[in-house]
Amino acid sequence: MNAPDRQPRPAHSSSPAQPAVAVRRASVIYPSADAPVHALSEVDLDIAQGEFVSLIGPSGCGKTTLLRVIADLEPISSGQVLVNGMTPQQARQARAYGYVFQAPALFPWRTVLANVMLPLQIQGRNKAECEAIAREQLGRVSLTGFENKYPWQLSGGMQQRVSIARALGFEPKLLMMDEPFGALDEITRDRLNEQLQQLWQRERRTVVFVTHSIAEAVYLSTRIVVMSPRPGRILKVIESTLPDERHLGLRDTPEFMALAHEVREGLADGHGADEA
Amino acid sequence: MATALMKPDAITLKQRVLPVLSILVAVLLLWYAGCVGLNSAGAIERVLAPKGPYSVGDLVHTTLNMQRPVLPSPHQVAADLYSSLVDWPLDSPRNLLYHAAVTAQSTLVGFVLGTLLGVVLAAAIVHSRTLDRALLPWIVASQTVPVLAIAPIVLVILGSLGFSGVAPKAAIAMYLCFFPVTVAMVQGLRSPQRIETELMHTYAASRTQAFWMLRLPAALPFLFPSLRVAIAAGVVGAMVAELPTGAQAGLGAKLLTGSYYGNTVGIWSALVMSALLGLGLTSAVAGVERLVMRRGSAAQ
Repeated sequence: MNAPDRQPRPAHSSSPAQPAVAVRRASVIYPSADAPVHALSEVDLDIAQGEFVSLIGPSGCGKTTLLRVIADLEPISSGQVLVNGMTPQQARQARAYGYVFQAPALFPWRTVLANVMLPLQIQGRNKAECEAIAREQLGRVSLTGFENKYPWQLSGGMQQRVSIARALGFEPKLLMMDEPFGALDEITRDRLNEQLQQLWQRERRTVVFVTHSIAEAVYLSTRIVVMSPRPGRILKVIESTLPDERHLGLRDTPEFMALAHEVREGLADGHGADEA
Repeated sequence: MATALMKPDAITLKQRVLPVLSILVAVLLLWYAGCVGLNSAGAIERVLAPKGPYSVGDLVHTTLNMQRPVLPSPHQVAADLYSSLVDWPLDSPRNLLYHAAVTAQSTLVGFVLGTLLGVVLAAAIVHSRTLDRALLPWIVASQTVPVLAIAPIVLVILGSLGFSGVAPKAAIAMYLCFFPVTVAMVQGLRSPQRIETELMHTYAASRTQAFWMLRLPAALPFLFPSLRVAIAAGVVGAMVAELPTGAQAGLGAKLLTGSYYGNTVGIWSALVMSALLGLGLTSAVAGVERLVMRRGSAAQ
């Protein structure tokens, strides 16, 4: 069931030898009054450099927990997790990844520009450099002209784009996103999906993406990890057969439909097993 | 949200100034009525009875303009205040502004020290569980001791150490100032949401960076209301400190001499002056708040 995926598809990165993320028999167990909760149970997963991997599953399947474990926001109870060959803590301290939360988490007292500058300032770069990078990143998410606005003056979709610009500012090799578009309306979501896809096309950073939308997972990913709750585990890993170059029209093709169907079946399997 | 920022000047005038003015008128009317009531006995005995028959109009007029009334009338207080400001130079002990300045000085020194102490204590409490448990009960307990009891002790001890003048008075003002600041800052420094602290965590921000870039700015909306409370408490502290020393100057000393000599008009004008001082200092703090918080905070 937890078949480790030892042969990831050929990566697009310069150093394909070392996986971006390697998870070995990782478990996260929360103690509770009656029975301990297995948020993650013996999960194995390899993510190669340059891959776009989506974690999908119903709530409680541990997809967010897995992401948080990789980001060192949550400790593992047993097993091993390596990020670019380092422990999650080392990777975090080496500022090896960017993390986009479900909510934009922008600081209301900072302007849009100053929000994007925040991680760069923490790294101790000089102000002019911070500002130049932040302006460039805002341009990449099409927010030029909004530098001096405050977060509350922006729509939800724009706020989340600011948070993506903020996560990309220090050029992390690994980008982790926890249902970043979950709270947005479908039209905004489609547009941001398209922009994110183009961004990945251009820069080929490794992306780990948590979602509960099948369409989003299929449209964006090179590989889809289907998860199931109680205990949180990986059910199935589906390789995408779609071309790397993608556009929204692709969603009406039979190929897309077939993939979406496969993911849906995988999710249904987990549900069946759960009830048995 | 943005519409709330538009300037409703006309509305403010109607909604804010009018209610305040009508209360003021009501207070003045009550005050005059109180004057007639409280002063009539004295007025009849000392002024009117010796002269023979008198009318109600005479009675009212006399009660409102007595030499040493039980309750001086508002226009007497206003006249005394005005004459103290206009008829005497600024450095004369007869000028109430001189006393207000003396009190303001110890208040401000105490306020600045108290704010610093409050912020430092709050930062310590927020960063250390041990200090949280050790300090907070003592800080709360410190405020249950009446400042009137503490003031003489502090003055004696600091006096024996050679501190006199502003320092002891500022110390007592500080004693009252730091408490609201500490309580508000503990709450404010703890106000960042989990997602915000986790964000800083993913950036591998140090505790110092998290403090300056997240906790402190997040605490500012909590700090300013507490500063307004603190400076008002500071005025009280400074005036109380002026009482037991037989201080020569300050609004507290002025109140004390007024009561020694039965100069009720003097007491009341000192009281009005201290109210104006408190009001002035509080609105100065509010002005700084508006200046600092103009940016960004309209979100909440």
